[in-house]
Amino acid sequence: MSGFFRVAWHVMRKDMTVEVRSREILLTTLFFAVSVVLVFSFAIVREGRAPDDVAAGILWVAISFAGTLAMGRTFERERYNDTLRALILAPADRPAIYVGKLLGLLLLLGLVEIILVPLVGLLFAAPIFSYPLMLSALLVFGTIGFAAVGTLFAAMLVRVRSRDTLLPVLLYPITIPVMIGGVRGTAALFQATPDEPMARFWIGLLVFWDVVFVTLALWTFEPVMTE
Amino acid sequence: MRLLRVCTVLIVLLAAPALVPGLAPQVLANGDQPQPPKEFVPVDEVPPGEQIPAINLVAAAYGFVWLVMLGYVWTIARRLGTVEAELASLETRKR
Amino acid sequence: MRKLTTPFIVLSAGMLLAAPWIINAAPYESTMGLVQKVFYFHFPSAILFLVAAIVCGVHSARFLFFKNQRADGWAVAAAELGLVFGAITLVTGPLWARKAWGVWWVWDPRLTMSLVLWMIFAAYLMLRQYGGPGSDRLGAGMALFGMANVPFIYVSVNVWRTLHPQTSVVPTLPTDMGIPLWFCFAAFTMMFIALLNVRADLEHKRARLEALYLAEDEA
Repeated sequence: MSGFFRVAWHVMRKDMTVEVRSREILLTTLFFAVSVVLVFSFAIVREGRAPDDVAAGILWVAISFAGTLAMGRTFERERYNDTLRALILAPADRPAIYVGKLLGLLLLLGLVEIILVPLVGLLFAAPIFSYPLMLSALLVFGTIGFAAVGTLFAAMLVRVRSRDTLLPVLLYPITIPVMIGGVRGTAALFQATPDEPMARFWIGLLVFWDVVFVTLALWTFEPVMTE
Repeated sequence: MRLLRVCTVLIVLLAAPALVPGLAPQVLANGDQPQPPKEFVPVDEVPPGEQIPAINLVAAAYGFVWLVMLGYVWTIARRLGTVEAELASLETRKR
Repeated sequence: MRKLTTPFIVLSAGMLLAAPWIINAAPYESTMGLVQKVFYFHFPSAILFLVAAIVCGVHSARFLFFKNQRADGWAVAAAELGLVFGAITLVTGPLWARKAWGVWWVWDPRLTMSLVLWMIFAAYLMLRQYGGPGSDRLGAGMALFGMANVPFIYVSVNVWRTLHPQTSVVPTLPTDMGIPLWFCFAAFTMMFIALLNVRADLEHKRARLEALYLAEDEA
């Protein structure tokens, strides 16, 4: 068991080391997310004010678009440097490699969200500090669900010709339950009279989805990545 | 080890849905929506206020079903014909 | 199973031809009137749509985890049938809803999840078409996630109270409505089984063709 987590830790550390040196994926993803928020703001704002309740939707759309880019880029980097074959040939538990990649992606998206959430709060006057724990729980579990499926699909598609368009096409329908949970839960917290039980319900449902998705992904990673 | 992992996950998976119905009803009552039908109640003649346009919708629905079914069967037949022809030509070529 | 395909198709086509008369004889529903009769085609299609998802998921699991080659053909067949029956469900539903609810579409859980499942089938078939070599395994992995969606569609209408008729409707149907329903259900199910067999057969033949071409290239 410890071998499993050690492999995952090493894979994650490798990704983080490369990322810390170049900061390429982090910065591009972050600025893309910010652009998405701005584009949506321009699209939706009327007479200088955005309609109520759009903040949650815009936040999660930005996370999902930016996340899709980030996943594609992390595996593209592996393919470009031909390190993917080395990873697969390594005498390590394949699911451990998946977990390592997932943790790296989660860390990256976490950093993006730390900047994105205050930005959305600022631009849309959303009360992000009223329920910090529940908001964080929604973000954490929602991102886990999204990233769990995305890491698997991005890894699956790395050698496929039309991977850039196929990744969103495959990813979005399957992660819609997670998105709905995230948006509705966040909206429940942001609305004029916050609905705590509703947010708690969505957090519970997100946890359930996370368990289902991560389990399925762990089971399917090995047979799908084998030559 | 793997079996233990699988069992733990299965137990969590099976237990989780039990929580959902418990949490849901008080949270998700949509009081302002009309009540959904709990059962279909039959009557003998067309109810008052029934307008003609409903027949258009019903006809469109049934027409669509027929078109799609026939269309799909036709595409399968076409593809099957091509593949079988190719298979036959390959078999004769091999001999 | 193979031998039953032709009689199934003939029988179900005959039954579907006869269906409008049988459905016409059924009584009108008190609140929804004529338009409720879409139900007799909508309900079997919806159930078979979910069945197709389960069949696709099961065969994908067999292909992926137990390395059963033929299971892949069944999975593709089930996915295509899911697309067809899903399209029927998603079109007949709104046609019914337009009269019964006044709107074409509402974003309630069952409708939303059904649309999502349909899109998953579409994405799966696109992956098989454009994914290049190895897309059979990728698709199988994806189909498993799709199948996980199914219980939520069925249960959602009871967990969340919505406009959509509840699952208590069918068990409490009176006999005059029950007969046309089960008649149509039988017809659709036979059609489903027959088409599944034929489509899977097509897929198996195609796989054999590819293998033959490959062998020819190597020779």
